[in-house]
Amino acid sequence: MSGLFSAEAWNKVWLYRGTFLLGLESTALTALFGLILALVIGIVLGLFATSGKKPLAFVARVYVEVIQNTPVLLQMCFLYYALAFSDLSIGIINTGILTLGIYHGAYVAEVVRAGIESIPRGQFEAAASQGFGYLGRMYYIILPQSIKIILPPMVNQVVNLIKNTSCLYIVGGTDLISVTYNFVTGENTGGAYAPAYILSGLLFFIVCCPLSSLASMWEISLKKRDVRSGQKARSAERMV
Amino acid sequence: MEALKGSFSIITNPAVFAYIMKGVGFTVIISVVAVLLGILFGSILAMVRNYCTSGKTRIFQWMSVAYIEIFRNTPLLLWIFICLVFCPCPEVLNQKLWGLSSAEVKLLFKTAVALILFTSSVIAEIVRGGLNSVAHGQFEAGHAQGFSTVQIMLYIVLPQAFGNIVPTLLSQVITTIKDSSYLANVATIELMSRVKKLLSSAYRYNGLNTVNVSDVFVLFGFACLVYFIINFSLSCVVRSLQKRKKQQPRIQGR
Repeated sequence: MSGLFSAEAWNKVWLYRGTFLLGLESTALTALFGLILALVIGIVLGLFATSGKKPLAFVARVYVEVIQNTPVLLQMCFLYYALAFSDLSIGIINTGILTLGIYHGAYVAEVVRAGIESIPRGQFEAAASQGFGYLGRMYYIILPQSIKIILPPMVNQVVNLIKNTSCLYIVGGTDLISVTYNFVTGENTGGAYAPAYILSGLLFFIVCCPLSSLASMWEISLKKRDVRSGQKARSAERMV
Repeated sequence: MEALKGSFSIITNPAVFAYIMKGVGFTVIISVVAVLLGILFGSILAMVRNYCTSGKTRIFQWMSVAYIEIFRNTPLLLWIFICLVFCPCPEVLNQKLWGLSSAEVKLLFKTAVALILFTSSVIAEIVRGGLNSVAHGQFEAGHAQGFSTVQIMLYIVLPQAFGNIVPTLLSQVITTIKDSSYLANVATIELMSRVKKLLSSAYRYNGLNTVNVSDVFVLFGFACLVYFIINFSLSCVVRSLQKRKKQQPRIQGR
């Protein structure tokens, strides 16, 4: 099994542990800045989509459809080679941050839109009638209510974003997956397939599992609360 | 302008066009096969995770939970690399098939296995959502009618569960079509990898002896268009199904 039970192979991985940690750091860095960009794009487009103004909503719709229906790997290659062949190279990490930000921005936009649309129309009207401006209405009335609907799928997006940093491999990145593959195929370090893959998978798991468990637990508790409040509303109806 | 004309002449070259279209075929076939097998394995995983909760069967539940969580929290590319090394390939496939070399056929098999394993874990969670949406009274009613547990699953619970998740499963086809592009990292079989390979040899086809930035736009733009057409039409189907489902309960309920 290519070194699963060989002490030598495990030793090799232990010797080069710094490489894996550097890969993890690069993955984390790409994911972090990618997330920030995705949040900015997503919130702006999500507000566009729910603004009620046709042209803005149309822009958001087109962006989301185009980005969500093409693979992130293709977008990465497109951006990377388009920049490289026009002598504008911005570095692999920056390309990765930009691509992941653009790609997940579309998903964040959908999450934000769904969150805002879940708030009853009356809340907007009530806020407007109390004299709130657009920003005040969003900030004080709408966002606090929609945040609990937005957060669980948002956390899932973060997990996907972390996993998608692996697409940097195709343009020769230094993220965790690329580092792992270079390690197992390297001239001096090659051969320790099983230990290297286990370590790299474990690192991803340690980062992603708490996040995705948190998201699903959140979702379940929200659903339970919905059921409970639904029952309460129904029994209230009956009493009336 | 000349560069752009050269770039378009790559795609209009009949041999190149056929090469790309074959890639499109592989992309669609791989994804559909992965989702179909994913539904099979995913349903088993989901049922085990949901219903093997007592006594000795507990261990199967743990295994299923471990499988789903491990695959959900690690990237697909890692599993492609793992399958390249560890997945055994049947001897039958050691030959030329469908215009691929024997090495490529083996790569196709191994990477497809990785995609199927990965997709199963995602579909398992979708099916579990469907199973949870079936009211518990259905089990009791089934038992009361003298059905065995297997019969209840087959005739009562699964049909309802799948009825509820058809749109989600279809949108999983979209995701899998996008995920299949990860195969481009290791083999030149499907659309993404073929376009990338064409870019690196574009100088041979555009008649200019250099690779220009317009080649990037034309080739990758064309691939984007193909992916978009396939996925957008699928997502339109998903949306119309969801709309119909929202209206249905009201009609049936009253």
